[in-house]
Amino acid sequence: MLGEGIVKGLAETARNFFGSYVNKERLTTVQFPEERLPQIEATRDFPFLVYDGTDPEPGLRCVACQICEKECPPKCIYIVKSADKKPDATGKAQFYPAQFDIDISVCMSCQICVEVCPFDAIKMDVEFEMSSEDRFGGLLLDKYKLAKSNEYYNKIHPTEAGAVDAALAEERAKAKLAAEAKAKKDAEVAAAKAAAAAAAASAPPPTPDATPAPAAAVTSGETK
Amino acid sequence: MTISFLLLAAITIIGTAAAMSLKNLVHCVLALSLGLVGLAALYMQLGAQFVGFTQILVYVGAVAILAAFVIMMTRSANPTLTNAASSFRASGPLIAVLVFAVLAWATISGTSAQPILTAAPEGSVGQIGTALMHRFVLPLEVIGLLLTAALIGAGILAMDEHRGTQHRGKQ
Amino acid sequence: MFETIDQIFVLIKHWLLGYVPGALQPISSAILSVVPVIIAFPLLFAITTVLERKGLGRMQNRYGPNRTGWFGILQPMADGIKSLTKEDIVPRTADQLVHFLAPVVMVIASFLVYAVLPIGRNMVIADLNAGVLFFFAIGSMVELSVFMAGWSSHSKYSLLGAMRAIAQMISYEMPLVLSSVVAIMAAGSLSTVTIVNMQAGYTGIWPHWYVFTPWGITGFVIFMIAATAESNRCPFDMPEGESEIIAGYFIEYSGFKFALFFLAEYLGMFATSAMAITFFLGGWAAPFSFLTWIPSYVWFFGKLLTLICAFIWVRGTLPRLRMDQLMNFAWKFMLPLSLINIVGAGIWHFMPAGFTRWTVVSLLVVLSCVLLSRGLRRNKWFHVRTYRFAS
Repeated sequence: MLGEGIVKGLAETARNFFGSYVNKERLTTVQFPEERLPQIEATRDFPFLVYDGTDPEPGLRCVACQICEKECPPKCIYIVKSADKKPDATGKAQFYPAQFDIDISVCMSCQICVEVCPFDAIKMDVEFEMSSEDRFGGLLLDKYKLAKSNEYYNKIHPTEAGAVDAALAEERAKAKLAAEAKAKKDAEVAAAKAAAAAAAASAPPPTPDATPAPAAAVTSGETK
Repeated sequence: MTISFLLLAAITIIGTAAAMSLKNLVHCVLALSLGLVGLAALYMQLGAQFVGFTQILVYVGAVAILAAFVIMMTRSANPTLTNAASSFRASGPLIAVLVFAVLAWATISGTSAQPILTAAPEGSVGQIGTALMHRFVLPLEVIGLLLTAALIGAGILAMDEHRGTQHRGKQ
Repeated sequence: MFETIDQIFVLIKHWLLGYVPGALQPISSAILSVVPVIIAFPLLFAITTVLERKGLGRMQNRYGPNRTGWFGILQPMADGIKSLTKEDIVPRTADQLVHFLAPVVMVIASFLVYAVLPIGRNMVIADLNAGVLFFFAIGSMVELSVFMAGWSSHSKYSLLGAMRAIAQMISYEMPLVLSSVVAIMAAGSLSTVTIVNMQAGYTGIWPHWYVFTPWGITGFVIFMIAATAESNRCPFDMPEGESEIIAGYFIEYSGFKFALFFLAEYLGMFATSAMAITFFLGGWAAPFSFLTWIPSYVWFFGKLLTLICAFIWVRGTLPRLRMDQLMNFAWKFMLPLSLINIVGAGIWHFMPAGFTRWTVVSLLVVLSCVLLSRGLRRNKWFHVRTYRFAS
């Protein structure tokens, strides 16, 4: 029939128009910023630095290895290594970043810095409402603004943080075991040395070929 | 010589003078339409409403647009008009003055010296229509024939290019 | 009492004129008639922008603007402030004077046509003898301003847009004028006031509107389609196709001049709708005889709002017509149909009232409609594509 398509189209839009008042499911608009759509877990916006514990200064995982600075494609990270070292979570003395700046007006959220960090120190945040009226300094985040706790990281990316925590815990357990074993070995070596020293002190002046043999026997027995 | 007549006459003269003397062709066309609107207003002041509105409808709405189309399709950059072909520079104004003199003589000698005191005949649309259909029906039909011929000619001119492709398309 | 409410604006005007000295009365009478129109129709324009955006949004399953004011009602205010404070950029190679004058001419032409529209009983600014002719004459000045806008911007997009716009407006002017001829024939006069007065009677409760006749409804439909094309509205908004040639002939205009073009386009839309109401829908007359107590201007604006909603509805539904489809439609369908409609109206006039003339004229109109549309559809031939470089 002539004009049938037009009439059907008009009926469709009329149905849309009146239907949008009757049932609200037709309108899929989300009234931002009062309502927000839920973000998926793997959302990424800009990086942040993770610290363990409650104090960002000693707990910061970053050891200023500068790998992320070198790998960043738009070169938005600027790191200044510290002069001294401080102990990290495992007790080993590490460098730390005296200055860690990320310019988020340059950052393109590619996540390469996260992928290459060997210490799980830098992760992607989900906050994006960071507009600033200061064109030059307002979007340059320094170490203090970037440092966020591990609890926060667990909150925003539970699965990822859980995996990282598990891996780190395993590593630290292994490190602890290794440290304990090493400590035991050191203790045994020290004990043996002390015993040998005591034996050497208490025994008569040794003959030249008598003292090396027991010492050699002790060391050979030890290394077995 | 009321103030409105003087004003409208000034607009018309300025418009047509500008249409003759401006360098930019588009400006000429626009000034010409201004002059034609002034002319239409003069018609309306004389009481001929129908003629005045038809003047606007036909001249400004169609003829000026036609000139505009021609300009749009043929010229691209800002052109400089070439001077008139005649070497005698004053020939234009001279001819205009001669024509004006002839028209003025014809008008003044045709009408009586005294101004007309009777009221102007009412040129209402109904009367024009009746006159067209009774007294002037033959000129009306001839004009209709002329317009039909023009339309058919335009149609033929526009249609010829399609004939070849039409045959090819039907295979 | 209802008479007083109906004529309230006329009475106010006469009362105010009483305070004016005799010498200044003609000019103040003109000013007093014109000022309400200049206030009312831009206000209607502001309301229409909100209505359109909300309406289109709902039709497209989304909200319209709802941040500025309650339900977005202050959006035109925000739009006005934005367009006033935007930087006015004029291209360096543009024709400065013509570029400035184009929106001015368009707005002047769009406002002038309101002089002959009867908004209520005895409420028309100028009761011209050839009112309809005045309307179409001034309406044709809009095309000149489109040319001015397109040419002076010195840009390919605007020139192309202007050419298309003028071609479209000229093509649709013919069906527009010819479809109004039937109403003029039936009323017997070119004065808009007379045309409305002829439709203000009732037989029983049924009104004498021309839309309730077969030639009237055809004329109305053709007039509305041509009016949509004249004001470059969807589905005929090829000249200002937003996604194609960006904004067509007003691409180089920014800020307030753009707002003026927008205003002029919408005012043109209102004026042609008002003319359609005058010709076919009975102007300010009430639809049933028992509803005449509602004031005449309320009916006029009610009908105008209905037609505006119809425009918005059509905009939300139909896709844009291509240029050749548009031109074919105008010259091969609308023009012959409007001519046949005139013949039908003539037959109606000379046949005695009754069932026969209804059937004869309806049959004539419907048959020609169907045959013309068949002809239009058959003309689509597909050229064999020849490739120059591929084998």
